[in-house]
Amino acid sequence: MSNLIKGKHHDWETVIGLEIHAQVKSNSKLFSSSSTTFGSNPNSQVSLVDAAMPGMLPVINKYCIEQAVKTGVGLNAKINKYSIFDRKNYFYADLPQGYQISQYKYPIIGEGKVTIDFKDGSSKEIRIVRLHLEQDAGKSLHDQNPTKTYVDLNRSGVALMEIVSEPDLRNADEAGLYISKIRSILMYLDTCDGNMQEGSLRADVNISVRKPGDEYGTRCEIKNLNSIKFIKQAINYEVKRQIEVLEDGGSIEQNTLLFNTSTGKTKPMRSKEEAHDYRYFPDPDLLPLEIDQEEIDNIKKLIPELPDERKKRYVDEYNLSNYDASVLTSDKAISDYFDSVIKSDFSLKASSKIVVNWITSELFSILNENNLEIINSPIKPKDLGKLVKLINEDIISGKIAKEVLIEMFNTTSDPQIIIDKKGLKQVTNTDEIEAFVDEVIEENKKMVEQYLSGKDKLLGFFVGQSMKKSKGKANPQILNEIIKKKLSKKN
Amino acid sequence: MKLNTNTINKIAKLARIRLSEKEADEFLKDINSILDWVEQLNEVNTDNVEPLTNISSSALTKRRDENQDINSSDEILQNSPDKLEGYFAVPKVVE
Repeated sequence: MSNLIKGKHHDWETVIGLEIHAQVKSNSKLFSSSSTTFGSNPNSQVSLVDAAMPGMLPVINKYCIEQAVKTGVGLNAKINKYSIFDRKNYFYADLPQGYQISQYKYPIIGEGKVTIDFKDGSSKEIRIVRLHLEQDAGKSLHDQNPTKTYVDLNRSGVALMEIVSEPDLRNADEAGLYISKIRSILMYLDTCDGNMQEGSLRADVNISVRKPGDEYGTRCEIKNLNSIKFIKQAINYEVKRQIEVLEDGGSIEQNTLLFNTSTGKTKPMRSKEEAHDYRYFPDPDLLPLEIDQEEIDNIKKLIPELPDERKKRYVDEYNLSNYDASVLTSDKAISDYFDSVIKSDFSLKASSKIVVNWITSELFSILNENNLEIINSPIKPKDLGKLVKLINEDIISGKIAKEVLIEMFNTTSDPQIIIDKKGLKQVTNTDEIEAFVDEVIEENKKMVEQYLSGKDKLLGFFVGQSMKKSKGKANPQILNEIIKKKLSKKN
Repeated sequence: MKLNTNTINKIAKLARIRLSEKEADEFLKDINSILDWVEQLNEVNTDNVEPLTNISSSALTKRRDENQDINSSDEILQNSPDKLEGYFAVPKVVE
């Protein structure tokens, strides 16, 4: 796929970098003991530290440090044994301190990399510049009152990991794949809940365009996007806008933009003279953060199998394609379900692709209809495994299996029991099938003549009628063969 | 290093402090003399010296990840001049 966009005079290349803000999964905040629970009553989880009362001192949460290191390991990144907390100064109503405690020159995590996978089986490495720890701000509600903003400080002080990528992304799809990949790694590591709707994971997107081979163009930053769909929409809009400005002879102003999700357009957030000047300096309330090798080694022991390793296992051991394996592993819950199916009966390894198809098509559609997540599926992995085995062994056809699956969903029974009870076992006995076919031929003599005179298409009619007589239980291959044989004999 | 009035006004603006012209002139003089004084440090050769972030030699104190919500929203909001249903109410900060 070409990444270039055709312009009036020459092609354009898009350059994108992402800053992902991921809330650390922890019980309490980064520098205070207030709860991090989402959706509580406003200002009910605010300590005197979070409210920035005079004289309050921050004390760091050990677990948040471990979570950041764990994430660093998961992102194949350098763990910095020495890092510093700085004050990033700006005024805003939901930042009572007047500064955010963040990390600037010396972040806890340095360079890393992640791989994104494309549909055509290829993949690309995206470099990560750094990950640093910082405080989240409170939440402002602007649209409730024409003259007031309402402020809730519950989120104020929750630990965030800011993950900054190099400008290695070249289009909206790559940006989408990249944030999905980061999200899935964080969820495997259990360092962030990945809930974009609740804002646990959100991104700022830096975008510029250039003539291929030129220096980077002037970039604009779109702030605070909280869905992959919006990220892609915002990028596509902004790229078009920048190219239009440049082709009309204008120039891009470096600006911070907001994306309006209802109009699908970006607009400048603040004017240039108010451009931020954060005046970072080391927070005198906090000593440097030092981590020793033993701590890092202990954290490394906690790293579970990550999406890439799992993907490799699926490709190597289960013969899945690189893309199928990456789709399957992108969501830990789905991938765990798949693993449990295979683990319930290792002979299913050979039919991995069929298992994947049953999960992603039939199981998903029935779960979606009922608004259920896979983790709450009434159909247990071992039972889905049994169903696939019953298909493999020709006990039931794929079509009957779909019926059985619905029954499994409703009753949570073992598929074998459903088949026995409902008499759904596939008919493979040729005598029985021949009897069905004979009946159909007897009842449709005219059609037989037409078929014999060259209307080949009627074959489907005979198959359908005979299948109906068997109540869908005839083995389709055997049925087909018998019909062909019988009709050709008539010739 | 010498600051000019523009820089003083910019710093004041960033700190949300309004200065009269006279005050700006005074601060310009004061801050420039402080900078002059600090600049004496340039006489010391600091090649190969790591920057010092904190003069304390003790290690960063860490706490366990346990939460305790000790304040009710009423307590947190008690100094707020304007509030509504548990929220701080402030002048609108976006257009």
